[in-house]
Parts: sequence; C-alpha cells; structure tokens
Amino acid sequence: MISLAINNALLALVALLTGVALVALAMWIAGLISPRSFNKSKGEPYECGIPTRGESMSQFHIGYYLFAILFLMFDVETVFLFPWAVKMRALGTDGLLSIAVFFGILVLGLVYAWRKGALEWK
Amino acid sequence: MFDFSVVTTWINQFLLDTCGMPQWLTTTIECVLIGVCLLLAYALLALFYIIYERKICAYIQCRVGPVRVGPWGLLQVFADMFKILIKELIHLQNIDKFLFALAPYLVIIASMLAFAVLPWGNGLQIIDFNIGIFFLIAVSSIGVLGILLAGWSSSNKFTLIGAMRSGAQMVSYELSIGLSILTMVCLAGTMSVGGIVSEQADLWFIFKGHIPAVIAFIVYLIAATAETNRGPFDLPEAESELTAGYHTEYSGIHFGFFYLAEYLNLFIVSGVASLMFLGGWMPLHIPGWEGFNHVMDYIPSIVWFLGKCFLLSYVIIWFKWTFPRIRIDNMLALEWKYLLPINLVNLVLMVLVIAFNLHF
Repeated sequence: MISLAINNALLALVALLTGVALVALAMWIAGLISPRSFNKSKGEPYECGIPTRGESMSQFHIGYYLFAILFLMFDVETVFLFPWAVKMRALGTDGLLSIAVFFGILVLGLVYAWRKGALEWK
Repeated sequence: MFDFSVVTTWINQFLLDTCGMPQWLTTTIECVLIGVCLLLAYALLALFYIIYERKICAYIQCRVGPVRVGPWGLLQVFADMFKILIKELIHLQNIDKFLFALAPYLVIIASMLAFAVLPWGNGLQIIDFNIGIFFLIAVSSIGVLGILLAGWSSSNKFTLIGAMRSGAQMVSYELSIGLSILTMVCLAGTMSVGGIVSEQADLWFIFKGHIPAVIAFIVYLIAATAETNRGPFDLPEAESELTAGYHTEYSGIHFGFFYLAEYLNLFIVSGVASLMFLGGWMPLHIPGWEGFNHVMDYIPSIVWFLGKCFLLSYVIIWFKWTFPRIRIDNMLALEWKYLLPINLVNLVLMVLVIAFNLHF
C-alpha cells in the first residue's frame, strides 16, 4: 500500500485531480496544435446531409425511465445488503433472519414489477 | 514475494530525513508523484489496450492487423493518438456548451478513480479504503452520468438515443455487477481491497466458493461486457443505426477521451474480476502443495495481476468478435429476467454454503 502517511481521502482527491488534469492538459495541447476554421454548416448537428427537423432535445421512450426507476429501487436495497454481507459471520442467525425478511421484500418487489409488465419493452 | 511498500517507504524516508523536508512538503511531493504515475499508467495502459484489441480482432478475422508502423505495428497507436490530437475541435451551434465540455471530465474521472483502487501488486495500491470495493462500484457509476450528459447536450437525435440506450443498459447491468460482487463479499467478509486479496492467500475465491462463486463469475463477466458498452451489447453505439451513438458530435481529442475511457473501463472490469474471483495479485496457491506454492511465489505479483487482467480482457474482446449485436428488448430481458433472478438465487446459495461451512 502506498500509504506514505497520507490518508485515503487525500489520495482519492489526487486521483480525481489527475483525471481533471488529463482532460484539461490534452484539451490545452489540442487547442494549441489543432487547426481552426469557421464554416457555418460545420456547426450544424450531424444528420444525413439534411437539416434536423424539430427539437433534438425532445421526448424519449418512456421505457428508459421505467428501467431507471426500477434500478433505483434495487440499487438502494443492494446498498443495505453490503454492510450485512461484511458482518455476516458475526451477526449469525439473528442477522440472517432479519436480512431474510428484507430480502423477501426485495424479491416481492421484483415479482410485482414482473407481473405488472414493467420488465417488458413496449 | 517482493513488497513494493519497501520502495514507497524508502521514498518517504528519503524526502523526510535525507532531504530534511517538512511534513507538508513531503506529502505534496508524494501526491504529485502519485498523480504522475497514475497519469502515465492510465495513458500507457489505454494505448496498450487499443493495440491489443486491434491485434486480437485482426487474428480472429484472419487478418494481420496494423503492421507498418514500428515492429508488429506497435507504434501505430501512438501515431493514432497524435493524429487525434491535431484534429480540429469543431464548435457546434445548438449545444449546451457547459454540459458538452463537462461530459468527458466525468467519464475520465470515473475511470481514473476506479483505476486508482485496483491492487497492482504486493504493496502497489494507491487507495485502500476499508470499503474499497464499494467505493469502486460507487465511482464507476459516475461514468453513466458523463455518457448521458454527452448524449443530451449534443443536441442531436442520434446521440440522444445512444445515450438513453447506454444509460438504461449501464444502470441495469450495474445491478448484476453489484450483486455478484456482494455474493463474493459475503465469502470474503471484508470490503477492503487489500483484505480481499489477503483472504485469497490460501486459495482463490473462485475455487474457495466453488458453485456459487463460479455462477457469480459467469454473471459478472456477462454484466461487465454490457457495462463497458462492448459487443454483443454495443447497441448504444450501433454504427449501422446510430452512426456513433452518444459521441457522434464529439471531434478530435474530445472524442478521444471517450475512446480512452472505454478501453480503461475494459481494464477496470477485468481488474475487478481478477480481484474478486482470481485473487488480485495473489499467486495461484493450492493448500498442501508447498513446493508448488513456493515456485508460484517467484513470479512477481504485478505480472500475476496484469496477466489475469489481460486474459480476462481477451475473453471479453473475444465475446465482441464472436456474437452478433442483440436487440434492446432482449438485452433488458437478459438482465432483468435472467441475470437478476439468477443472482438473487445465487446469493442465497452462497449464504447457505457459508452457513453450513461447505466452502474450502
């Protein structure tokens, strides 16, 4: 471990800043050496040679939204499972029973969504 | 095994005692050093992965791939990167400029943070939180935001559809990744990356957890392929219908960031798979085979880690060049109707295996 007497939060910050530096540096170099030219039709949205019809930032299929909601539900519940998974051996039977109830509700949620047809792509 | 913390402790001692620097200056210098190493490793690995995939896909299709620039075409990728750097950055008219510029930052930051958590070798690890693997899952989901923003802010119908598909796909498969990692965390009893690796000192988790671990491994590999937007799950950038998906409007190096992050994500998912299932940098140890274990220890830990990563990446690249692209309804059905229930059952199976002490 490269702990080097620095704590992990600082290291995470270093990694984040490295990411920012990579993008900023490359953009700066590209800005210096890449050519620049102006042409009005260059700035138009990419389409098959014709102007875009209507608004591009428009409505999209509701299905994406449904799956995002479903994901949110399951992901938050997965977050609750992680602490239990770490302490599973220490918590023993009591922990196992409590998490079994929780897990049952999670599965019921999936069954409900399935029966309601939320998992079908229409 | 050679412990890399000897080197890092030496650098720390050198700066503090030999050079007589104050603590804050030492910390700053070390942070800068880590940043530079991270940047170099990131860039070189991405370049290596580009040539790696091009060569593999060439051999799968009975071609030779790039051969002209440098020996076996190894310098081709540097030429490509330089060329992408000198391409014009086209300024578009109707875009949301702030979000358009922000999107590559988010994608790169997500992969950089996840990259920094991976254990490269004995003592060669940057971030070691006690919730390391959880941190990794958390930061790697920032990448979805970058892709959604890229598609939305470009103000183009192709990019919007590409981003929405990508968002739906990545969030869905993140669930499977999370659950299969959760299954292995049950077995490990710790979320710290260093702890997970040292737990596998006697035997790798894929052997230790036998049936549930193997199921989790297969589910993880499928989900990881989808998570990196690679074929057969490459419908976010299905070129025959969406030209290039969410990065259609990006030009020059701006596009290059998405390209780099995509290859780095390939490395990260194989890194996590080797960490959770194949022991990270831990050599192959078999209980009772003392001589064998001792011989395996002579291979450096970094070779073990990179070897496992490249092998798993090879499998994922192999998927891409073998299976045809699947439709979006099939893709979502695969996750929600097959992988997720399998994962939930598998979790119960793993709990039973641990409760009745059936693992090795």
